[in-house]
Formats: sequence, structure tokens, C-alpha cells
Amino acid sequence: MKPASFDYHAPNTIEEVVTLKSQYGDDAKFLAGGQSLVPAMNFRIAQPSVLIDLNRVSDLSFIREDKKVIRIGSMARERHLEFDASIEKHAPLLHEAVPFIAHPQIRNRGTIGGSIVNADPAAELPVLMTALSAKLKAKSKSAERWIDAKDFFAGMFTTALMPDEVLAEIELPFAEARTGWSFMEVAPRAGDYALMGVATLVTLDENGKCKSAKLVYLNAGDGPVDAVEAAQSLVGESLNDTLIESAALHASEKEINPFGNMHASAEFQRHLAKTLTKQTLKIAAERATQEN
Amino acid sequence: MTHTITLTVNGQKYTREVEPRLLLSDFLRHELGLTGTHVGCEHGVCGACTIMFDGESARSCLMFAVQADGHEITTVEGLAKDKDDLHPLQQSFWEAHGLQCGYCTPGILMTMIPFLKQNPNPTEDEIRHALSGNLCRCTGYQHVVDAVKLASEKMREIED
Ligand SMILES: Cc1cc2nc3c(=O)[nH]c(=O)nc-3n(C[C@H](O)[C@H](O)[C@H](O)COP(=O)(O)OP(=O)(O)OC[C@H]3O[C@@H](n4cnc5c(N)ncnc54)[C@H](O)[C@@H]3O)c2cc1C
Ligand code: FES
Ligand code: FES
Repeated sequence: MKPASFDYHAPNTIEEVVTLKSQYGDDAKFLAGGQSLVPAMNFRIAQPSVLIDLNRVSDLSFIREDKKVIRIGSMARERHLEFDASIEKHAPLLHEAVPFIAHPQIRNRGTIGGSIVNADPAAELPVLMTALSAKLKAKSKSAERWIDAKDFFAGMFTTALMPDEVLAEIELPFAEARTGWSFMEVAPRAGDYALMGVATLVTLDENGKCKSAKLVYLNAGDGPVDAVEAAQSLVGESLNDTLIESAALHASEKEINPFGNMHASAEFQRHLAKTLTKQTLKIAAERATQEN
Repeated sequence: MTHTITLTVNGQKYTREVEPRLLLSDFLRHELGLTGTHVGCEHGVCGACTIMFDGESARSCLMFAVQADGHEITTVEGLAKDKDDLHPLQQSFWEAHGLQCGYCTPGILMTMIPFLKQNPNPTEDEIRHALSGNLCRCTGYQHVVDAVKLASEKMREIED
């Protein structure tokens, strides 16, 4: 099908972007990579009366190091995250996970900001932002505020952004010393949305005991699912098979809430979550011993 | 309201008036008559509409023509100099029977050109992975994989 008609604006500065958005509010949608919005428009699921194209805004596609954080402009393409050296070095979890997002043709256009704001529970980037404790900068005509990733995702395709705000920038802290990571997902075909996936981080203390851990799941509820209890059960301990097994069991049975779909029953999704949790925890713990 | 756009397609400059809602795929096919870019699903899944946008493969069904203002596009029509002088990738598809009905072929070619540039000597696994965003309902992919492999050999020879 073809999209309904709309008015098109292609501003060059972020100031013009927020001015336009304050003018049109909910009638206007931002056009980033278009890889989620345009399919929805072609199906007429979305029929915005105004599109504000972000592709011509200068200085919104950067990826740069700044003291102990990486700053990423919301228009940085998924393909650029994949090959960025700072991300590989300081956010290796993100580096490992980006190739799982869609296909290269989609990643060439799709942006980090677009995927985050789209807030699809099956998407990788919202899960990764949660696991990495990202901070997200929302900007409106009159104000600017930073939102923690854990407070940003407010349910299926819903975020904490106000109708007059644009997501401008993402801040990722550098990985701490002795932090191991692992991302795994199961999809019917490379590039498809996954049936289940988990982003795992383990930080060890000087004695090799677990100092902190993160287990965040995709397609496991109505947004990124942060299994805080399972992660907490590892803290202060040496990670052995028994402990990993019980954390995986707790996360997959008690903390996630998968709905099941035509490709996988909720029961199968829980099974996948358990298996992936065990595998990723082992890899992350192993890598943590090698990272200083 | 229409917008005036100027863009380069296969090395040639065009200026046209477009409505914002006109998809780039429809612009190429109906405005410019470049019907080699095929349209299958219009939601980014099948890959038939894949073109090169500033040198990188992209879905033309997921962009508006108005966004292409000032940009450079290559479609399948831009590959061969003429019908007797095919691009090595096209020649390989011919020789290795990489197509049957040909519906998916332009999208696959426009995906594989940047892929082979980045991976001049790909393994079969890498080729299959790179093909995952293009659906083919005829070939079962085996001959497509063979064709890409053959092309990588031909193109490396040309480079040497
Ligand atoms: C075939 C196919 C397969 C895919 N597979 C996957 C997959 O496996 N995993 C996955 O995660 N994704 C997948 N995607 C989606 C892809 O990653 C999208 O690129 C991404 O979800 C949206 O990013 P975008 O830049 O294209 O955003 P757009 O589609 O342009 O925008 C998405 C939404 O976010 C809003 N928005 C965009 N930028 C901003 C901003 N800066 N501030 C405020 N609002 C904004 C838009 O208004 C819109 O509502 C797939 C897409 C396709 C077509
Ligand atoms: S028509 Fe564009 S991907 Fe199918
Ligand atoms: S050759 Fe017919 S769809 Fe691929």
C-alpha cells in the first residue's frame, strides 16, 4: 500500500526541529531511518499529518568519547555503531549485539535513536540501553533533560518522551574494569526479530567474586525486562554452575513475562531464556576474568 | 504541497517535482521509468527494491523520494555498460544460473555489490548471511550463492 499524504519538513538544525515539534505536537512524527515508521505508514497503521525529517540535521550522527563516557547522536546509524572503535573498546556488549539487528541494508538506514524511541519489546537496542545503564537526552524548545534508560521505556511502543521532545543524544558509561559481557538471541533466520534474547554483564571484584551483574531480556514482556533478582542473587558469590543454574531458573520462571506468538509458545520462550542465560553468564564470567 | 528535488541516478542528474508521500521505489519506477527496481512487500522484508543510496545498499520502499534530494543513487540499470558488457556480478548470475524468474535479482545484485566490496573473498557462510535480507521464491538460493562466489573470483581477478 501507499502512505497517506503529509506535510514534509527537513530542518537543518536541532533548534528548528524542536520549534517545529512544539508547533505540531502529536500530529508530527520524526523521520529518522524510516525502517519502522515507513512500513507503518505504507500499511497506514501510522498516518502522521506532518513529518519532520531528522536526516538533514547537522551534528546528530556523532559517536565520540568524552572522559569516561561515549556520546552518541540519536541519528547515528546502526551500521556505524557496528564498526565504531570506541564502542568496540568501551561498550563491547553493544558491539557484539548490533549485528543481530535486522539486515545490513536496514542497519545502513536505521538509527539508534529511532530504535530506542520505537520501543519495540523485541528490539535489541532498548535492551542494550537498559543493560548498559545509558542516559538519554530529551530536548524540547524550552528545556533539556536526561532520562535513565530504566525510566525511559514505559511499555509496548511507549516511552517517557513528551509530545514536544526529541531524543537528541545517548550517553553510555565506559565498561568498568573486570566486566565481562555476552549477548545471545534465537531468531528463526538471521536478521529476523528474535524469539528470545538476553544481554548479560558480569563485573568481578579483585578476588574474583561477582561485584554486580545485569540480565536484560528482549521479547520477554512489554519492554526490556531487567531481571534484577536473578542478577542480585549472583552478587558477592563466585560464579559456579549451581549458582548460574538457579539464577537462570529464577529469571526465566519468575521475572520474565513472555506472551508467546506464532513462532514460539511462552513456555518455549522461557526455555530459551533459561538456556541463553546460562550460556551468556558463563561467557560473561569468563571474559570478566580477562578484562582489566 | 510538492517539493522540487535534484538527484543523481546512475550518473545522470534529474530534477523533478514530487509529493512528499511518493516512495523512492515508485519514483524510480514511475517517474524515471527505471523499472529494474522491483517492489515486493513495501515493508522492508523482501529486499526486491534494494538500491544503492550514496554507495550503501538500502530499501527504496522505505524512503521517500523527497529525501533523496542531493543524493546519489545506483539502480540495477547502472551496473552494465550495455547488454553485451555485463558487470561481473551479472555475468556470474548468468553463468551460474543465479536466477529463475528474476524478481528478486535486482535487489540481490544491489546488496551484493557493496558486500563484495567489503568482503572480496567471502566464505559460503558469509554469502548466505549477507543474503538473509533478500527473499527468493524460485532458486532455493544455492545457485545464487554459487553465482556470488563466482563473481567474487572474477572480481578479484580484475583487481589483480
Ligand atoms: C525487515 C526489517 C527487519 C528488522 N529487524 C529488526 C530486528 O531484528 N531488531 C530490531 O531491533 N529492529 C529491527 N528492525 C527495525 C530497525 O532496527 C529500525 O531501524 C528501528 O527500529 C527504527 O529506527 P529508525 O531510525 O529506522 O526509526 P524510524 O522508523 O524513522 O522511527 C521510529 C519511531 O521513532 C520516532 N523517532 C525516531 N527518531 C527519533 C528521535 N530522535 N526522537 C524522537 N522520536 C524519534 C519516529 O517518529 C518513529 O515513531 C527491522 C526493520 C525491518 C524493516
Ligand atoms: S519492496 Fe522493499 S523490501 Fe520488499
Ligand atoms: S528468481 Fe524468482 S524470486 Fe528469485
